[in-house]
Amino acid sequence: CVLVWCFSQVKGAVDDDVAEADIISTVEFNHSGELLATGDKGGRVVIFQQEQENKTQSHSRGEYNVYSTFQSHEPEFDYLKSLEIEEKINKIRWLPQKNAAQFLLSTNDKTIKLWKISERDKRPEGYNLKEEDGRYRDPTTVTTLRVPVFRPMDLMVEASPRRIFANAHTYHINSISINSDYETYLSADDLRINLWHLEITDRSFNIVDIKPANMEELTEVITAAEFHPNSCSTFVYSSSKGTIRLCDMRASALCDRHSKLFEEPEDPSNRSFFSEIISSISDVKFSHSGRYMMTRDYLSVKIWDLNMENRPVETYQVLGENHFECCWNGSDSIVMTGSYNNFFRMFDRNSKRDITLEASRENNKPRTVLKPRKVCASGKRKKDEISVDSLDFNKKILHTAWHPKENIIAVATTNNLYIFQDKMN
Amino acid sequence: MDTMFVRGLKRKCFDGEEDIEGTLAGIKAVPSYNLQRQSLLDMSLVKLQLCHMLVEPNLCRSVLIANTVRQIQEEMTQDGTWQMINAQNTGQASLDRLVSTDILCRSSGDQAEGKHVPAYGTFNKDFESDQAQDGSETMSTASSVQAPRNLQSNMWEEMENPQENKGNFQKSLDQIFETLENKSPNSVEDLFSEVDNSYYDLDTMLTGMMTNTKMGHCDSLETFSSPTNTASNSNCKSDLNDLDHIVEILVES
Repeated sequence: CVLVWCFSQVKGAVDDDVAEADIISTVEFNHSGELLATGDKGGRVVIFQQEQENKTQSHSRGEYNVYSTFQSHEPEFDYLKSLEIEEKINKIRWLPQKNAAQFLLSTNDKTIKLWKISERDKRPEGYNLKEEDGRYRDPTTVTTLRVPVFRPMDLMVEASPRRIFANAHTYHINSISINSDYETYLSADDLRINLWHLEITDRSFNIVDIKPANMEELTEVITAAEFHPNSCSTFVYSSSKGTIRLCDMRASALCDRHSKLFEEPEDPSNRSFFSEIISSISDVKFSHSGRYMMTRDYLSVKIWDLNMENRPVETYQVLGENHFECCWNGSDSIVMTGSYNNFFRMFDRNSKRDITLEASRENNKPRTVLKPRKVCASGKRKKDEISVDSLDFNKKILHTAWHPKENIIAVATTNNLYIFQDKMN
Repeated sequence: MDTMFVRGLKRKCFDGEEDIEGTLAGIKAVPSYNLQRQSLLDMSLVKLQLCHMLVEPNLCRSVLIANTVRQIQEEMTQDGTWQMINAQNTGQASLDRLVSTDILCRSSGDQAEGKHVPAYGTFNKDFESDQAQDGSETMSTASSVQAPRNLQSNMWEEMENPQENKGNFQKSLDQIFETLENKSPNSVEDLFSEVDNSYYDLDTMLTGMMTNTKMGHCDSLETFSSPTNTASNSNCKSDLNDLDHIVEILVES
């Protein structure tokens, strides 16, 4: 079945003059899909919450509205190297909800933080020693005792940093991934991957180190890493050379030797000077089932079966580059990735059909059906098609996210967050 | 000649003189390929140097560009096409140019004058040894300045000092990566104070930097852009812009 997509909402400033701090740098749904978090270049996290479904309006799902905004990271200065450390949020990952509060990990280039987001909709009133405004009462004036009671108040959402995991990365952190044990997580930079315990901030274990003894021999960097969704000892990391390595932490403390190496042999007839650059993998994501993983490189999205290392089982063509992400839908039947010109692409793995859609302000009436776009080779343009020459390469959709249970997607252009949902009849 | 041209384009593996001739014929028939390759190489080298200038360089990007540079340099050593570029530079190759662009590759610590000589010497050694390997007779203008050498003895010299030869290109990359690791802002000004931004200076720097790489697997003579471009005679500047555009997109600068 081919989904038909409708515009739902757009967040962010309307004008074309984009403040650099507002550039969206990461998008992530939580495990239930009720919360949607974005991080930006200014170090802020904005969390949207889905409204409860309106039973009378059966043809639309709840809207996402701002739930909490907080400054996660500030710019820092590394005095030793005379370098400024950007506050840009590179990744956000949610922890599964265990109690009333929500927890997420957010990271910039160097420091990972665990944030607790909690609601307060009641406050205690009737203290014995304090007035309502907080001033202390003169104890001699206290003649009776009373038990404070909770009274409702306007909902307040508070974000507080619970853990700060710092000073463990020499290079820029590109990934964080929470283990299925929900106790540990990994963080990966260009050359190393570290394992942390969520409770312990003063140390981490290095589990992958690809830094050569001589930096002059450096030819490959880590581009992304992720834990397996079910197997708590398994993780993968992708490289700039187009390889994916699967490692098992039970094999040894330092997982420099992979358990599996996924690499598609290069077609020699396709070799060019750009072969090196275009094979670099920008993102790797396990399917929800854990059976497959998806990689994104310059020209394609590839689906790999974990049982087969020598080539992907599916390949879908799409234009991209070094930092495009990709994602799965909840049932692992559709994969999505962003492209240029504010286009994003979806590939239905069962029907083998694909669709190209555009995130643009032109279609921003709720429930407007998105018209599929078509990109053609230069010189052969038909009506309504866009020639590849006229693609705006500055308008990139780097970050996309799919609701874990429903057909709701969040797509980030430079500074706007678009939410689309499938057409419900 | 026509058949040789066709053969040069289609063959994947060069394993004899016959193929070398085919290659050369192929090269001559597709000048824009070499020009584009040279442009890409020069541009990549500039971008690598620009990485020095960034407050905090992107390691992934630098590695990708450096690998591309290495790949081009290996191919150019393989098929000896940089001899053609030297022919274009007739009358321009001089020790001064090599010196100035050699400085481009260094951090401030290494800017002793004595260091210039090895690069120049290496250039000639590499060139001579490659000549011996592929049997071509084209001479660069730089080596023509020197007295003709015994090719055999050159090969021995080069084999005796493999480290030095290997070292130069590696050293430049090494410096780049070291600088990425230990950023010292002052070196950037020194690096760029000597830079001559002309196209051919970078070209000369390349030849000064080239090492003797392993004569390994065969490399196919491919046009790197789409097939429709092979026959085009687009001029150097527009190719340069297109290439720059492509590389910028690829590495997202």
